[in-house]
Amino acid sequence: MWSELRALREDVDYGTPPRDGEAVTLTVDGVPVTVAAGSSVMLAAAAAGRPVVKLCATDMLEAFGSCRVCLVEIEGRRGFPASCTTPVEPGMAVRTDTPRLAELRAGVMELYLSDFPAEDVLGGWSELHEVIATTGVSSHRYGPGENHLAAPVDDSNPYFLFDPAKCIVCSRCVRACEEVQGTFALTIQGRGFESKVVASQGEPFLDSECVSCGACVQACPTQSLVEKSLFEGGYRSADPAQA
Amino acid sequence: MPIPRKPDGSVTTTCAYCGVGCGFRAETLEGRVVRMIPWKEGKANHGHSCVKGRFAFDYYLHPDRVRAPMIRASIHDPWREVSWDEAITHAAAELQRIQAAHGRGSVGAVSSSRCTNEEIFLMQKFARVALRNNNIDNCSRICHSPTQFGLSATLGAGAASQHFDSILQADVILVVGANPTEGHPVFGSMMKRRIREGARLIVIDPRRTETVDSPHCRADVHLALRPGTNVLVLDSIAHVVVCEKLYHEAFIRERCHWHEFEQWMALVGDARYSPEAVGPEAGLDPEDIRRAARLYAAGPRSTIYYGLGVTEHSQGSTGVMCLGNLALACGMLGREGVGVNPLRGQGNVQGGSCLGSWPHMFSGYRFVTDDAVRASFEHDWGLSLDPEPGLRLPNMFDAALAGSFKGMYIQGEDPVQSDPNQNHIMAAMANMECVIVQDLFLTETAKFAHVFLPGSSSLEKNGTFTNAERRVSMVRKVAQPLAGLEDWQITVRMINAMGYPLHYDHPSQVLDEIARLSPAYQGMSFALIERLGSVQWPCNPEAPQGTEVLHTKAFPRGRANFMLTGYVATTERADERYPLLLTTGRILSQYNVGTQTRRTGNVAWCGEDLLEIHQADAHTRGIGEGDWVSVSSRYGATRLRARISERVSPGVVYTTFHFAQTKANAITSDLSDWATNCPEYKVTAVEVARVQAPVVTEPAVREPAEAPA
Amino acid sequence: MVCVPRDSTALSVGADAVAAAIAAEAVRRGLPVEIKRTSSRGLFWLEPLVEVPTAAGAVGYGPVEPEEVPGLFEAGFLQGGRHSRSLGPVAQIPFLARQERLIFGRAGVTDPQSLAEYQAHGGLAGLRRALSMAPAAVVDEVHASGLRGRGGAAFPTGIKWRTVAGAQAPCKYVAVNADEGDSGTYSDRMVMEGDPFLLLEGMAIAAYATGASHGYIYVRSEYPHAVAALEAALATLRAAGWYGARVQGSDFSFDAEVRVGAGAYICGEETAMIESIEGKRGMIRYKPPLPALKGLFGMPTVVNNVVSLASVPAILDRGAQFYADYGMGRSRGTLPIQLAGNVKRAGLVEKAFGVTLRELIEDFGGGTRSGRPVRAVQVGGPLGAYFDASLLDLPLDYEALAQHKGMAGHGGIVVFDDTVDMAEQARYAMAFCAIESCGKCTPCRVGSTRGRELIERIVRGERPRENHAQLLKLCDVMENASLCALGGMAPWPVLSALKYFPEDFGLPSERQPAHVV
Repeated sequence: MWSELRALREDVDYGTPPRDGEAVTLTVDGVPVTVAAGSSVMLAAAAAGRPVVKLCATDMLEAFGSCRVCLVEIEGRRGFPASCTTPVEPGMAVRTDTPRLAELRAGVMELYLSDFPAEDVLGGWSELHEVIATTGVSSHRYGPGENHLAAPVDDSNPYFLFDPAKCIVCSRCVRACEEVQGTFALTIQGRGFESKVVASQGEPFLDSECVSCGACVQACPTQSLVEKSLFEGGYRSADPAQA
Repeated sequence: MPIPRKPDGSVTTTCAYCGVGCGFRAETLEGRVVRMIPWKEGKANHGHSCVKGRFAFDYYLHPDRVRAPMIRASIHDPWREVSWDEAITHAAAELQRIQAAHGRGSVGAVSSSRCTNEEIFLMQKFARVALRNNNIDNCSRICHSPTQFGLSATLGAGAASQHFDSILQADVILVVGANPTEGHPVFGSMMKRRIREGARLIVIDPRRTETVDSPHCRADVHLALRPGTNVLVLDSIAHVVVCEKLYHEAFIRERCHWHEFEQWMALVGDARYSPEAVGPEAGLDPEDIRRAARLYAAGPRSTIYYGLGVTEHSQGSTGVMCLGNLALACGMLGREGVGVNPLRGQGNVQGGSCLGSWPHMFSGYRFVTDDAVRASFEHDWGLSLDPEPGLRLPNMFDAALAGSFKGMYIQGEDPVQSDPNQNHIMAAMANMECVIVQDLFLTETAKFAHVFLPGSSSLEKNGTFTNAERRVSMVRKVAQPLAGLEDWQITVRMINAMGYPLHYDHPSQVLDEIARLSPAYQGMSFALIERLGSVQWPCNPEAPQGTEVLHTKAFPRGRANFMLTGYVATTERADERYPLLLTTGRILSQYNVGTQTRRTGNVAWCGEDLLEIHQADAHTRGIGEGDWVSVSSRYGATRLRARISERVSPGVVYTTFHFAQTKANAITSDLSDWATNCPEYKVTAVEVARVQAPVVTEPAVREPAEAPA
Repeated sequence: MVCVPRDSTALSVGADAVAAAIAAEAVRRGLPVEIKRTSSRGLFWLEPLVEVPTAAGAVGYGPVEPEEVPGLFEAGFLQGGRHSRSLGPVAQIPFLARQERLIFGRAGVTDPQSLAEYQAHGGLAGLRRALSMAPAAVVDEVHASGLRGRGGAAFPTGIKWRTVAGAQAPCKYVAVNADEGDSGTYSDRMVMEGDPFLLLEGMAIAAYATGASHGYIYVRSEYPHAVAALEAALATLRAAGWYGARVQGSDFSFDAEVRVGAGAYICGEETAMIESIEGKRGMIRYKPPLPALKGLFGMPTVVNNVVSLASVPAILDRGAQFYADYGMGRSRGTLPIQLAGNVKRAGLVEKAFGVTLRELIEDFGGGTRSGRPVRAVQVGGPLGAYFDASLLDLPLDYEALAQHKGMAGHGGIVVFDDTVDMAEQARYAMAFCAIESCGKCTPCRVGSTRGRELIERIVRGERPRENHAQLLKLCDVMENASLCALGGMAPWPVLSALKYFPEDFGLPSERQPAHVV
């Protein structure tokens, strides 16, 4: 815990918290790398200079394993384990970049984009946009379907807003509220396709238990939660009744 | 929804709000700060933040900011904008006139914990080389001066023994008179994290604070003591430790003086301090006191965090000593996960303490009466210094009222709102001939000023802050000062105008001077801080990269001292006329007197101070939720709205002091700590009555800053 | 004495009314009749099945309507007299006679709440023997039996127990997965309602073998009778010294409690169940760490299905070899198979592994209830593959089914005749996943809805070729990128339906390339 906090780096997101253990050596795409036991394959890959794309992972939070874009192949293992939730082992040979992985990642990205505002795919600068650029997947072939694009924006908080249309339900905000801030104000409500981020019992952020520490905004990889100060002239509510 | 704009600049700096001292990346767009991103490498906050540091920064462009120096002949005249030269020449001339007429000691200076180390150092230098006296004090007088005194007396160093991360090794956490989740939120989050991992929590606080009970974090023991009985309860905990032989004999024999321990044991071992005797007086179940003592003593790593609920009492210094004694007796010092740690209210309270803004001490806690120490400063500064200690802040006000103290240079403080017994302070202020206020806004205190020098916000200057864990971090200039000068530059010009030639190109040279003249800062430099990110004092040849945990091998005086901490109750008592005890605290979204946070969107959470009162007390007075009530004490009265709450016990009422119109300090007493004059904000006997809504009320909420074109 | 079941299935078809009618008729006739409420034999098409013990064994009547009760008295059923509802000696009903009941031997025979009857019919012998052995020997015995988890994953129970037994921790748990949510399954419910002591005995053996001190039984909220039966049985065992501190005077202490779920299919997945027991939202945890090492409240936890644990007492009582002698290949012992859907004789068939689908559907089930030909069979719950009639000779065996992307799962078999619309079944598989997904991983959370939409488009004839290709891509992503088996297996029924029944989707009737399935 103590070492984890201290090893955080501003310029690198290792994806999972650094650990404090004996040295373990493995290879990532043939590059040998030594990391502490208990570290994730994702962290090792970042340390080896072969970072794996990720959406639900960030090194201030424990691994979660929900976004499924960080899949890798490990020699001698079946399937495509998520690198964030797979602990390193000595001698492990990890591949981060195979045609099969690219195919699966593209498939997952298509699913994300099938419920993301098309007009926001280009021109953004969030982590999701970085993954879009890295994977080269910027559209999907599902056609119009059920979506959350018309869900109303919660702009009750004076400093940030929550636009559910951009939410990919990665739970980073929920986990930041729990693990970093310790307030437990956010949760995922509903299940399956209906899963959505809510504050308290589905209340506006301002009326909820949220203490506005900003950890959720910091954690959000899509700018679904975003500072109002970043909008031209400050954010103005679209609802004329509220404006 | 448009795509948010991407910031085009970023400067790493330190938050100017509470004593946690979080590192932030101030991100700018076209020169304007658009967001503050908590710095992952910040060793105090590890990438976390609270609503104040993260979001409440827009005050720096608020229309209320004063953008030009102003003077006036009388406080009843309107202000007149003047040039910097005119303002400073006028201010210096006034101070010199007063000194010529009323003596060298008739003027003084006050520095602020909101200012940088360099600015605080220059303010005390101003007093000593420009005013040629020692009439310099700072606002830690009214918050943590007992910490300086009490911890020095017991442990030998008036500062936190640990770094914040140490709490992640603690097994038992004792929180006394502090509410970290509201007052020091980022540290509070770290504490809650440790509690979720299984650490036990003991809270001593009259109020059922958020720290006592929050999701997945609940105090194992909450001693909701009657306000004013801290020392009694802490002595009772010590009583259990000695009577049940829970103390750490080997530690005491090795690190302390055994005969002092025996004397202390004899005192606290007296039946007067048994939980059974103390319980009724403090309003506690004796068994809870025993449980707290056993938990703490059992450790194996027990740590103490305390706040103003310990210091702001007439026995504040005794309370701090009680904590030092307890940690010594149980061997809870000198390693990770233990210690005694004050939680400092303002960003640079520790710096305010360290850097000599004291009437009796130079930087590094060395006495002005010490010839050798004084000689070192005289040598560096090239002139002789006054060997007599100067006036403390309350003494300055007393002297002003008496007519012997006529002028004051106040940097970044608002004593009219923040100091106790407001009516007394206002009368003293009105009695002075030249009050110079250097601040961002026209504060309550500025209403009594003759010269107003517009200061710079922490986003507009360079310097360093020392946080509650002795960590010195960089404050970096993100934007140009609105009025053109950084605060340290203003003070330098004031010193020059007073006839003492002085020049610095950059605050780093001031820190170099601090390092030269202050042992704990000996190895500090901007270059070192740049390289390491931040450095905890002591930083010297033995610890070139600074020191995380104090007292690991020896105490500064070799061995630590047990101090005798007999309980002397405050004279502030509840009686038939004033049957309730008022205590005060803070709320997450507002900061101290609210000068900054009231001018931000934070008013969405808290637009006014409320009086918390227990249902039973409210019921007998016919008070309902939201009713206006008068709160009157032996010293004054004010009005605010009531909130019925189970957080306070019957007989206790509570309020915050963030809004000027609340005038919370109109009712507080002028009693103060026996050793340091730290005011007794935490205990005031009051009566509460339901009243009609005030006919004319000031607007409780000011509009947040508009985006400038 | 007259025996009337009080199992939920029997109750749902009027068993209480029949029992009341018998009591009333007895009073009217002045006959002293003792009515014993038993568990169910699992011959559901005969419920309410009234049994009368005779010297030649129990004689059955069913299904009995309350109005038929006076007639039964007239026919002298109390002495086993003939009646149009007569079934003869129950044990000789072929459906029952051909079974191998190691777990369900007491079904329909005993009063579920009578500890004395339980013991009289062999109960507690397994636990008694276990307590006389070293815990490690108990683990070895279970391992040697070849028992594999009956919840669906078929992981060897002995290995799981050994992992927990070997873990060092301040406390350990046994968590019973009784969130029986697969379509057409009811064997867990029958154990819990009909023989609760059996589950509790198996649970205590697991706890003894692994060093666990506390247990949780996670029962789905749709099973109120099971919850009541378990609570009562727990109280009885505690009073008799079989649960609680120092079991039967030994150093072994163990107790358990019932937790009721809140209606989420996903909570039948072990990590989601653990989250739910901990009081959290039922969401999948990634593995490792395995629950056996870091499970409930972060402690080593045995997570076993009800039937797995109900199989254990027999293994301990009669030895590993006795149990291992049943079955085939790596699938040892018996599996309670639950026949449902369009089948003439629905009910529970406990049979050694190796029995074929055809035997089960035709010999036991008697073919379809509609009398039409069997067109499709789904084995192993809503995520199991659909088989067409050509695969009916597959033996029920974990490995054999897996070769055809099927699974024994929890032993549920749902039969469809030739009127079934398999495109609708495939659509339903995706729709079910969309509703029951925990919402954590994206392939399952979003993919299931997209899958449903694609199938709807294909069926409507919208760009069928492109949408079919996209559906195959989606199934690949769900299968290989999902976090747990719900998303990973939801494509199975879809792909099998596409493979065997493309015409139902309006797709060309040739079989899909082999690599698809």
